[in-house]
Amino acid sequence: MRLQINKYFNSYTEAVPLAVFRLFFGSMMLASIIRFWLNGWIEKLYISPKFFFSYYGFEWLKPLGDFTYLIFMLCGVSAFFVAIGYKYRLFIISFFLSFTYIELMDKTTYLNHYYFISILSFLMIFLPANAYFSLDAWKDPKKAFQQIPAWCIDSLKLLLAIVYFYAGLAKLNSDWLLRAMPLKIWLPSKYDLPFLGDLMQQEWVHYAFSWSGMLYDLTIPFLLLWRKTRFFAFLLVVLFHVMTRVLFPIGMFPYIMIVSALIFFSPKLHHKFISKISSFFGIKKSKFDNSLRLVFQPVKRQIFLSVVAVFFIIQIFLPWRYLAYPGELFWTEEGFRFSWRVMLMEKAGYSQFKIVDSETGKRFYVDNSDFLTPFQEKQMSFQPDFMLQYAHFLAEHFRKSGHKNIEVYVENYVALNGRKSAPYIDPDINLLNFDDSFKYKSFILPFQDEIKGL
Amino acid sequence: MIKISKFLFLALFVFAACTSDNGGEEPISGSENSFDRKAMLANWADNIIVPSFENFASSTQDLQEKTNSFTINPSEENLVQLRSAYKKAYLDFQTVSMFEIGKAEELNYRNFLNTYPSDVSTMVNEIESGSYNLSLPSTYNEQGFPALDFLINGLADSDQEIVSKYSSEEYKSYLLDVSKRINSLTIEVNASWQGTFRDNFVNNTSSSSTGSVDKFTNDYVLYFEKFLRSGKIGFPAGVFTGEPSPGNVEALYSQDLSRELYIKSVKSVQDFFNGKYYGSNQTGLSYKQYLDYLDSMKDGQILSTLINNQFGTILSQATGLDQSLKSQVQTNNTEMLQAFDELQKEVILLKVDMMQALSISVDYVDSDGD
Repeated sequence: MRLQINKYFNSYTEAVPLAVFRLFFGSMMLASIIRFWLNGWIEKLYISPKFFFSYYGFEWLKPLGDFTYLIFMLCGVSAFFVAIGYKYRLFIISFFLSFTYIELMDKTTYLNHYYFISILSFLMIFLPANAYFSLDAWKDPKKAFQQIPAWCIDSLKLLLAIVYFYAGLAKLNSDWLLRAMPLKIWLPSKYDLPFLGDLMQQEWVHYAFSWSGMLYDLTIPFLLLWRKTRFFAFLLVVLFHVMTRVLFPIGMFPYIMIVSALIFFSPKLHHKFISKISSFFGIKKSKFDNSLRLVFQPVKRQIFLSVVAVFFIIQIFLPWRYLAYPGELFWTEEGFRFSWRVMLMEKAGYSQFKIVDSETGKRFYVDNSDFLTPFQEKQMSFQPDFMLQYAHFLAEHFRKSGHKNIEVYVENYVALNGRKSAPYIDPDINLLNFDDSFKYKSFILPFQDEIKGL
Repeated sequence: MIKISKFLFLALFVFAACTSDNGGEEPISGSENSFDRKAMLANWADNIIVPSFENFASSTQDLQEKTNSFTINPSEENLVQLRSAYKKAYLDFQTVSMFEIGKAEELNYRNFLNTYPSDVSTMVNEIESGSYNLSLPSTYNEQGFPALDFLINGLADSDQEIVSKYSSEEYKSYLLDVSKRINSLTIEVNASWQGTFRDNFVNNTSSSSTGSVDKFTNDYVLYFEKFLRSGKIGFPAGVFTGEPSPGNVEALYSQDLSRELYIKSVKSVQDFFNGKYYGSNQTGLSYKQYLDYLDSMKDGQILSTLINNQFGTILSQATGLDQSLKSQVQTNNTEMLQAFDELQKEVILLKVDMMQALSISVDYVDSDGD
């Protein structure tokens, strides 16, 4: 066993799939940043709001006013240099840092996709993606290698497999499988799609999509790994992600996943692709085909492998942390993020904050639009950690404007997956008695239904 | 490879077959395969919005004519006539105020017609200096129905004194300008519905955030939350400040009108929800029918029923209020706070439950989703 493990970590494979991956990843990230910028979202999401929702422990990390554009610029430039493989390690680190900084500025915009990009770019810091077909390798033959350790490519496959498989596991619940929720809400609203519009109104279609989505997520990593089913699996990947692109406002992510799945294909296919690009740009591909093997120095190898091992241990266990909290995960959302729970819930809420003077009993309601953008208000209204942070912010604001003995209460209703809205936060609890933490939030009222499954 | 694809197809087939005998999940009767949103938009436009504006436009025309007669011959008799035209028009305004879309949105129609309370001291200064420009957004609170209310009800204590104010040309021309502007803005909005906007509205059946259903629904719910709940009840009752402020009621100077305006607006919102034709008891497609089609069962009850029941509660609570919401705030504000609470329940049903069921997102930010 030990011998086999040793043997595995000393096995080598062609570097070309990793180079193609780098090229696509960098270009797509550059395109994403440009798209984000052109849509005016930097201004809308990170500059115009008066208040930002921080992740616990990252309260110090804020947008930098107009300098926020510089972070996006740094991120885009880094993505470009990653794509062409110029000073790869430096720029993948700066990409990881700038992209993660952007994501940490306001959790209102949290998406699993962004989290995926963050951790993927972190992993790529430790992969020699510039060994082949990169500017680094072109300029300095000492850095050019045709072969790299097999684990470097397999770690990307493993990460993709985790994303899909966990997304599949998360669908094993009664709302998704037995009530076809939330697709039953989402699909009928796509009535105006050509050809599909009428189909989207059929109940059996909602169930078929729910079940096939679950089966797709659970099986696709294995279908991609197995050579015999690989091509078919890739067709499924394309079909699935194109479908999600058509049905949902999901941005660049489907394309990123489609292209990422290419990592599973043999080096032969990637060589063909690189040959095409090389002849198009007039690059001498043979310069990279030097049959050399990249062997890490022992210390570096030790460090890199340890970091990657710890990274995957965290990835495998983090999604299960919700088991440590009482109550229904979909309701409390304690342990919901960073777990590949994608498109699982249609959740909406309404929250009316009440400021009370504990001495005089005088009270008034807060107009949320005075402080939050509609998008922030929407996200805040069904997530308890948002409400807690907002309550503290309100207390601070009204203290400054001269109010005394402040208590903050919230009257809050949340509807989950088509159930009737129900009271969510205990309206009789002064939220200022609580600080944000990873501890169970006892002020959340219990869920009045049951969702079975994982 | 072939085996797996066969398996997948078979699996899909089996699931599809299984789901059809899922008891209690059958769509309720009367709904066919799909809901005709275009027909709903057409019903909204042709049977509700356009007739409401037509009717309101005739009221504002009458209002301008009565104002004209009064300024030509300021008498107590003409004042009474003008007041009744004002009252009719203000009530009719409640049937169109929620339609802030298209031309109305472009013009900031509602802000120009009904921003209250009026800034009375600025208004008097401007009247007396004779320099004002009512097309500026900074003059929202110097025109529209609230300004008219002040000019014909609040200038002095007795009718005789009010009439005597109109011996001055400045007052005459200001009053006439306010009436004319209400009428001309209304003519403009009405004309756009009579013109191309009706077809643009009805044909824009897209499900995106720029589609008519999506956009209108956001406006409709916003109206109910901000302008009806907060404006008519919340601000005067002081729910956002802790200080009741009776001076914030609608139609402050017409002692007996504010409750009637409130009830009229709630009824208009409810009628729209049910697809009730303007000025008739016939109904067509609207939210009620859409929700019923989408089979939104809540707590064993139908969501549209819950919403209608809540409208009923709001209206019956409203009949217990004083005719003048101002004196209601002054004598027993608790009733006002109760009205607010009932309106609040409806906001939750509309904004959370209904919009979720219709899969319409509340925000206008078109950012990516998961």
